[in-house]
Amino acid sequence: MTWRQLSKRLVAWSFVAPALAVIGLFFALPVAIGLGLSLTDFDIYALADWRNLRLAGLDNYAHVLTLPLFWQALRNTLLFVVLGVPLSIALSLGCALLLQSPLARFKPFFRTALFAPVVTTLVAVAIIWRYLFHVRYGLINSGLGALGLEPVDWLGDPRWAMPAIVVLAVWKNFGVNMIIFIAALQAIPEELYEAARLDGARRWALLRYITLPMLGPTLLMVSVLTLAGYFQLFAEPYVMTQGGPLQSTVSVLYLMYEEGFRWWNLGQASAIAFILFVLMVVATQGLLWLGRRGERLASA
Amino acid sequence: MRDASPRPAALARRRLLQAGALALAAPALQGCGSASSGPLRFWAMGREADVVGTLLDDFHRAHPQIRVRVDALPWSAAHEKLLTAFAGDATPDIAQLGNSWLPEFGALGALAPLNAWVAATPALQPADWFDGIWQTNVVDGQLLGLPWYVDTRLLFYRRDLLARAGVAAAPATWAGWTAALDALQASGIAHPLLLPINEFEPLLALALQQGDPLLRDGGRYGNFRSAGFQRALAFYLQFFRSGHAAAVGNSQIANLWQEFGRGSFAAFISGPWNIGELDRRLGPGRRADWTTAPLPAPDNSAQRPGASTAGGASLVVFRRSQRQDQARTLIAWLAQPAVQQRFHALTGNLPPRRSTWQRADAAGQRLIDEPRTRAFATQLEQVRPAPAVPEWERIAQEMQLLAQRAVAQGLAPLAMATALDARVDRILEKRRWMLARKAAA
Repeated sequence: MTWRQLSKRLVAWSFVAPALAVIGLFFALPVAIGLGLSLTDFDIYALADWRNLRLAGLDNYAHVLTLPLFWQALRNTLLFVVLGVPLSIALSLGCALLLQSPLARFKPFFRTALFAPVVTTLVAVAIIWRYLFHVRYGLINSGLGALGLEPVDWLGDPRWAMPAIVVLAVWKNFGVNMIIFIAALQAIPEELYEAARLDGARRWALLRYITLPMLGPTLLMVSVLTLAGYFQLFAEPYVMTQGGPLQSTVSVLYLMYEEGFRWWNLGQASAIAFILFVLMVVATQGLLWLGRRGERLASA
Repeated sequence: MRDASPRPAALARRRLLQAGALALAAPALQGCGSASSGPLRFWAMGREADVVGTLLDDFHRAHPQIRVRVDALPWSAAHEKLLTAFAGDATPDIAQLGNSWLPEFGALGALAPLNAWVAATPALQPADWFDGIWQTNVVDGQLLGLPWYVDTRLLFYRRDLLARAGVAAAPATWAGWTAALDALQASGIAHPLLLPINEFEPLLALALQQGDPLLRDGGRYGNFRSAGFQRALAFYLQFFRSGHAAAVGNSQIANLWQEFGRGSFAAFISGPWNIGELDRRLGPGRRADWTTAPLPAPDNSAQRPGASTAGGASLVVFRRSQRQDQARTLIAWLAQPAVQQRFHALTGNLPPRRSTWQRADAAGQRLIDEPRTRAFATQLEQVRPAPAVPEWERIAQEMQLLAQRAVAQGLAPLAMATALDARVDRILEKRRWMLARKAAA
């Protein structure tokens, strides 16, 4: 390597060094410390005196995996993901299509209105939703009553609490994906539709054979982001139900929060965090693999 | 000419940067604990933090050499902030601490014991404090705080609805309690008692009424399979099985006070703050309709009234404070009956000293003479501390989670207690290890 090449390299490194240092200090180091913590029984006693710290090896992981509450939290989280992700994507795609329709009026107004839940404070919104979900005075139950259905104890019945949280979370978050879909829809060339219409395609065929394939990459990205976000369910049950009733809305992240910041078992909490991390990597990689396979099938 | 004066601009920029760095560093410097100059740092929570400032004007007049700065913490974040402050060596000089947190901060060694100081201060006679409340401040023989205000749970009930159902007075025993609820139910109230299934205090109070301790072997193991806890649990579950109480959580009750005023239920178990709340929400016109009563006792042979929980908040001095003398001066000043009386007038918090209850205010009224608060005075003579181990809050939560399961899924009391003991023993594992190591050393 000539001196000139070397100096070029040095200059390049010196340009990225600040960013690398920041990433190292605020990302790599905390993650390493978290991994280290998950191998100890760091708790309130260890905080008082380092001699009270015991190396636990993989005990924390083993204990978490034998904890019935962990499996329940995992079931709750998966239920939330399975119900919430498709619903959220369908709703945001539906709204984006409606807003892109040439028939739609007052587009900027509706776009803002539908995006508004994303930028409102969850804590304030939760108060309203608690009233909407109320057994006796809630709007949702009066709606059910008008249809002749029995009232549902949304936040008090372990079977209905998670669906109620899904409704709130989807309503709160679909706006972001909607904006992304609108941007992607605007990028589809109008000529494709024109050509298809000349070939006699109707509205449904246009959606099926032009819009959706052209949205493919966006759809995949939105799915991955939504999946990763929904796995980290925390704030909604925290403000709505505190994990109840009967721990039916305890998510994995909520369990981690309770262990770590309520009971100060940081070792255990770190172990839960890493288990969740592995789960999310598996889920998102699985989705990406499905996406790639879909592409290959489509191009084959 | 444009480049004629680059210096002032550069200088100004450097000054700006310096000022910025200072501004960034200033909170960090302020945050440092164990400062020996500057005002005395007092961390208080919630409403107390707002109110204590007005009391401190008088303190500053009486002690011009001491300045106090009050920092307000929200209750929901207070525990976390205190622990972080301890880890970061930034504890204040003095703080308000929920008395259920004292064992935890005691285990950390964060608090300065007050035994010697109290013994040497004639104005502070421990006998003047309610005994059960005082006991919550003693951890392993060390007095870690001075009770500031007290909290316990007792019955709030609708006197008019009870009379309509043909019950003349508030029940004094468990049997009387059940009979009164039966009568109320017969008079048309479907679930006359409100007992939110996510609040642990009522079940804890029933358990404390029994002689059996909740933990055994010096807080090493759970003792929930004891006959006493079984009795308390069976009685608690009976409320739900007989329909006297509905299995609802407290977030499902949209407006407790309105529902109480409307007569959706005739009684609930709660603390002193609800005297003020009910007055405010239902108005003074409804005052004759409701009142308070101490908790019923298990049976005729038991002490009356039945015991309840010993809650409240204490004032503590941190070990790392370099001005413990000044901090104690402030605590002693706040503990005076006259000051406690003003504190009660400002917050509605109940005072922990009997002499404050007996003291006439400017209008000649004594706290002990007000019928609604008098029930609290009676109850406070019969409060018992929960086990003084740092893990207690978590144990109480586990107890309530399993009680909820017992209510919802019909788990038998013994099965629930066995499951609870197993969980509690697991939680106490670290404590057992530490105690064994201490014994070996």
